[in-house]
Amino acid sequence: MTLGNFLETMETAEFRVHPEAHIVVDGAICADCTTRECVVACPANLFVPTSAGGIVFNYEQCFECGTCYLVCTQAGAITWNYPAGGHGVVFHRT
Amino acid sequence: MNENVNENVNDCDVIVVGGGPAGSCAAIVAARAGLSVVLLERGPFPGSKNMYGGVVYPRILDELIPNWWEEAPIQRWVTRRSTMLLTDTQALTVDFRTEAWGKAPYNGATAYRPDFDHWLASHAEAAGAQLLTSTTVTGLLRDDKGVVVGVTTDRPDGDLRARVVIACDGVNSFLAKQAGLYTHTDVKHFTLGVKETLALPKEVIDERFGVRGREGVDIEIIGCTGGVNGGGFVYTNLDTVAVGVVLKIAKLAGQALRPEQIIATLKAHPAIAPLIEGGEVKEYSAHVIPEAGLAMMPKMISDGMLVAGDAAALCLAAGIWLEGVNFAMASGMYAGEAAVEAVRAGDVSAQGLRGYQRRLSDTFVLQDHRKLRRAPELVLSDRVQHLYPQMVANVVERMFRIDNPQPKPGLRRILKQERKRAGIRRRDLIRDGLTGFRSYG
Repeated sequence: MTLGNFLETMETAEFRVHPEAHIVVDGAICADCTTRECVVACPANLFVPTSAGGIVFNYEQCFECGTCYLVCTQAGAITWNYPAGGHGVVFHRT
Repeated sequence: MNENVNENVNDCDVIVVGGGPAGSCAAIVAARAGLSVVLLERGPFPGSKNMYGGVVYPRILDELIPNWWEEAPIQRWVTRRSTMLLTDTQALTVDFRTEAWGKAPYNGATAYRPDFDHWLASHAEAAGAQLLTSTTVTGLLRDDKGVVVGVTTDRPDGDLRARVVIACDGVNSFLAKQAGLYTHTDVKHFTLGVKETLALPKEVIDERFGVRGREGVDIEIIGCTGGVNGGGFVYTNLDTVAVGVVLKIAKLAGQALRPEQIIATLKAHPAIAPLIEGGEVKEYSAHVIPEAGLAMMPKMISDGMLVAGDAAALCLAAGIWLEGVNFAMASGMYAGEAAVEAVRAGDVSAQGLRGYQRRLSDTFVLQDHRKLRRAPELVLSDRVQHLYPQMVANVVERMFRIDNPQPKPGLRRILKQERKRAGIRRRDLIRDGLTGFRSYG
């Protein structure tokens, strides 16, 4: 699957984005991480390595699944909370 | 302290955190018993955050909602169950179908969780529970002795106090962790489920899967997840087909393929591609699964608090049996019953709430898990995942291949040759066979 296709696939899910990020990633800590499990494992592909050697996390299309904090090996790199009530992913009713 | 605030005044008898199947069943039971119940849901409606592969077994609802099948928002009744073993170029399927599961009292059904969970929560409201949506619980309220006396929420003045808190807050259960009920969280106990819901006309699905009306198909697959331990599934809904994979998170992280690429590989498999051809992605979704059963379960009772559903790791991932919603509904019901007992007796300590443990132990909830305690590890083991599928597929291919003028070889000889070719030691095969027999036998 190409990146373009996947971006389209991600558009099929609804996200009610809160202005404040519910998950915060400390890029400075990530700069020391050599394994970067989150980049492969996040099902929404929201962890993006930067040219400066850190990692940027885009919280807007997050499924709130928990995979990232489970795989993360760097203490303190990910601060994980659920979004404020009513926000975040909304799976469809028929 | 403000003297108008009386520490002993509760906002309600029971707070249920999470409007999934566990939470709604807990709320139904407690509210029907006459307790005042608040059901908190962080999404805009119950079910909005919830996702699974696609099959629910609602037998446990017989007592709570008689004739539930007449009103539950299901997609199709599963009348055909296939277990499929894939290699890159081969497929072996064990296929079972029965008319019995297509009529009352039914067995399993495909259903969309936002529909199903929303419906179940409506029964909690009908029973008198107060449903508060768009409300995220941010933590536990505890008294100076550590007893759970309520929750904090992200609403203005959002503290809520109750005699009992029932945490049905899902696989990540920060409440169970805050209460100290999990000793540790180990990534190896979790899998990630990802799926695509593909739109196809009902007639096309009926024809491709050989079903009619509300009949549906459940296909569980092993050997389709590349180097990552896990499994795959294909489920028929009315006018969509759900196709997805469940992946061992620790293995996923250590290799190169991303989850959506592993789905793409499954979709392209010659045994799967014709079933879903032309299907447009209607929704992509993902969720984490507590996969390890007994090995990861927390303590489920503390003073003033019970834990149920995925929050208590009550998900059965035993290969041929993949269940979760029924365990959630049952544990929620039993938590509700135990809370009623405790509130009526005026003792909501862990001791007063121990009826929950007894109910879990006396029923399928813990008995299935005890019996199948070795199954999750066996199913996700490297041999079952990466070696056995190829061996079995090769054995069957050679059995059915006509090599004339060569005579047919004996099955024992083929088995031995293919076992050796796959690099499987005889004693490992016997040991895994015994473990399987002990678990499933």
